[in-house]
Amino acid sequence: MNAEPMVRASGVRKSFGRTEVLKGVDLDVARGEVCCLLGPSGSGKSTLLRCVNHLEKVDAGRIWVDGELVGYRQSGRTLHELSEREIGRQRADIGMVFQRFNLFPHMTAVENVMYAQCTVRREPRAKARERAEELLARVGLAEKAGSYPATLSGGQQQRVAIARALAMQPKLMLFDEPTSALDPELVGEVLDTMRALAADGMTMIVVTHEIGFAREVADSVLFLDGGVIVERGAPKAVLVAPEHPRTRAFLEKVL
Amino acid sequence: MPSQVAGLSTAEADGDDLVVVARRSPLRAMGMVVVVALAALLVYTLVTNPRFEWAVVARYFTAEAVFEGVLLTLQLTALAMIGGIVLGVILAVMRLSKSVLLSRCAWTYIWFFRGTPLMIQLIFWFNLSALFPGTGVNALITPYVAALLGLTLNEAAYLAEIVRGGLLGVDRGQTEAAQALGIGRGRILLGVVLPQAMRVIVPPTANQTVAMLKNTSLVSVLGVADLLHSAQIIYSRTFQTIPLLIVASLWYLVITTVLGVGQHYVEKYYGRGSDPLAGQEAA
Ligand SMILES: Nc1ncnc2c1ncn2[C@@H]1O[C@H](COP(=O)(O)OP(=O)(O)O)[C@@H](O)[C@H]1O
Ligand SMILES: [Mg+2]
Repeated sequence: MNAEPMVRASGVRKSFGRTEVLKGVDLDVARGEVCCLLGPSGSGKSTLLRCVNHLEKVDAGRIWVDGELVGYRQSGRTLHELSEREIGRQRADIGMVFQRFNLFPHMTAVENVMYAQCTVRREPRAKARERAEELLARVGLAEKAGSYPATLSGGQQQRVAIARALAMQPKLMLFDEPTSALDPELVGEVLDTMRALAADGMTMIVVTHEIGFAREVADSVLFLDGGVIVERGAPKAVLVAPEHPRTRAFLEKVL
Repeated sequence: MPSQVAGLSTAEADGDDLVVVARRSPLRAMGMVVVVALAALLVYTLVTNPRFEWAVVARYFTAEAVFEGVLLTLQLTALAMIGGIVLGVILAVMRLSKSVLLSRCAWTYIWFFRGTPLMIQLIFWFNLSALFPGTGVNALITPYVAALLGLTLNEAAYLAEIVRGGLLGVDRGQTEAAQALGIGRGRILLGVVLPQAMRVIVPPTANQTVAMLKNTSLVSVLGVADLLHSAQIIYSRTFQTIPLLIVASLWYLVITTVLGVGQHYVEKYYGRGSDPLAGQEAA
């Protein structure tokens, strides 16, 4: 087993205009670890997640995924930004699932799952389709392969989105509030899919307000507030007996 | 569906056998009479006034010179629209680019070509060799080339704005999802964003195509034998002005009708996935 962490962030800072959203975040996520990121709205959870696959550029600090510096090449004391193509290659190894699914509406479910395989990985269509159908079966949507996203429920769309991310055979999966846009009765099916993924040993960073999921599935829980991680530890410790008053206040609100 | 609501007799609850009578407006009936009367008058004039010379219309409708004019008009329309779309997409992407230089260049282009009359632009390209006498420009810019150049460059300015509006209408989340998958920028534009923008882009572009079809008649000032100019050549010889203008108009109508049918199918294609019922059919 490789002891090097799958994700390492050190001193990550990010501002939008004059507001500093991340004020020096350090993070280690081991291989196969499920890390749940909690925090009040606006605390910078999405921003941190988006820094990990370089959808946002950090202002300071560095992030490594699988030992590789994200978005830059370091030579001596300078960081050179990578080319579009190199960044694309890095992103292809990092799956991301969004709150609002963001499926491509003009493609059927199976085409959504095939598209990046064909364009980024240059897989032949037949092979990509086979893989896509396999993945749709895995998320329980084999019979919806030919359906357009608009005809699927929110829960089904989100599961297609998970299959789409998995099609790239990512080393790491990022989930940004994957169940927040769902009707309550549809949350379970998406969480079940994520649970199965965790059981398969996928490394996952999950931004969520589902405390039950965090308690049950997470290996570690981080609590982000005011741009810094105020508390971290095993779910039992952080969720059951939080030390920091702000964590306590937050948990009281969401539970 | 027969109602089983408790407490209501079936006669009250069951609306199946009731007859619905829509309200009739007396104004509508009067309007109908007026329109029918006017239409009858028009048809009467068309049929009885010998100066329309329908026999001449029929004869020239399929005349070879007219036919060649139709083909040239179609060719100019098609080429200018294709060129205009390609250039328009490029200009739209430039305008939306983060690079200030690119976006200013595109803005200036659009400002200039939308701000001056197409007729002037056509005559300008036709006379381009006057700016560069003694160079190869004179040989290069034939009337046809000047016509095509003028129509294309002008059209691109309008289409750029249409395309830009369409691109702006696509949710940013689409680009982000594609980026997160590692898809490159060009691919995202052509494979993800543009196809979704097409739903907004197609109807005004179809409009532009119809306008273009008729704008091609402006090239008759350059002596290019398009549909109108072919008709003009004939009636300057035979003085059958009205019948030949009718011939040209009929052809323009035929082509716009066909274009309208084509638009219907293109819109249907790019609407796929956005209409839940249409999607179910495909599934
Ligand atoms: N692209 C952006 N431009 C400006 N401000 C932003 C942008 N993205 C996020 N922010 C701001 O950064 C803060 C943190 O946002 P976010 O990371 O989305 O929080 P969270 O996901 O924890 O709710 C918010 O105040 C938000 O308004
Ligand atoms: Mg967020």
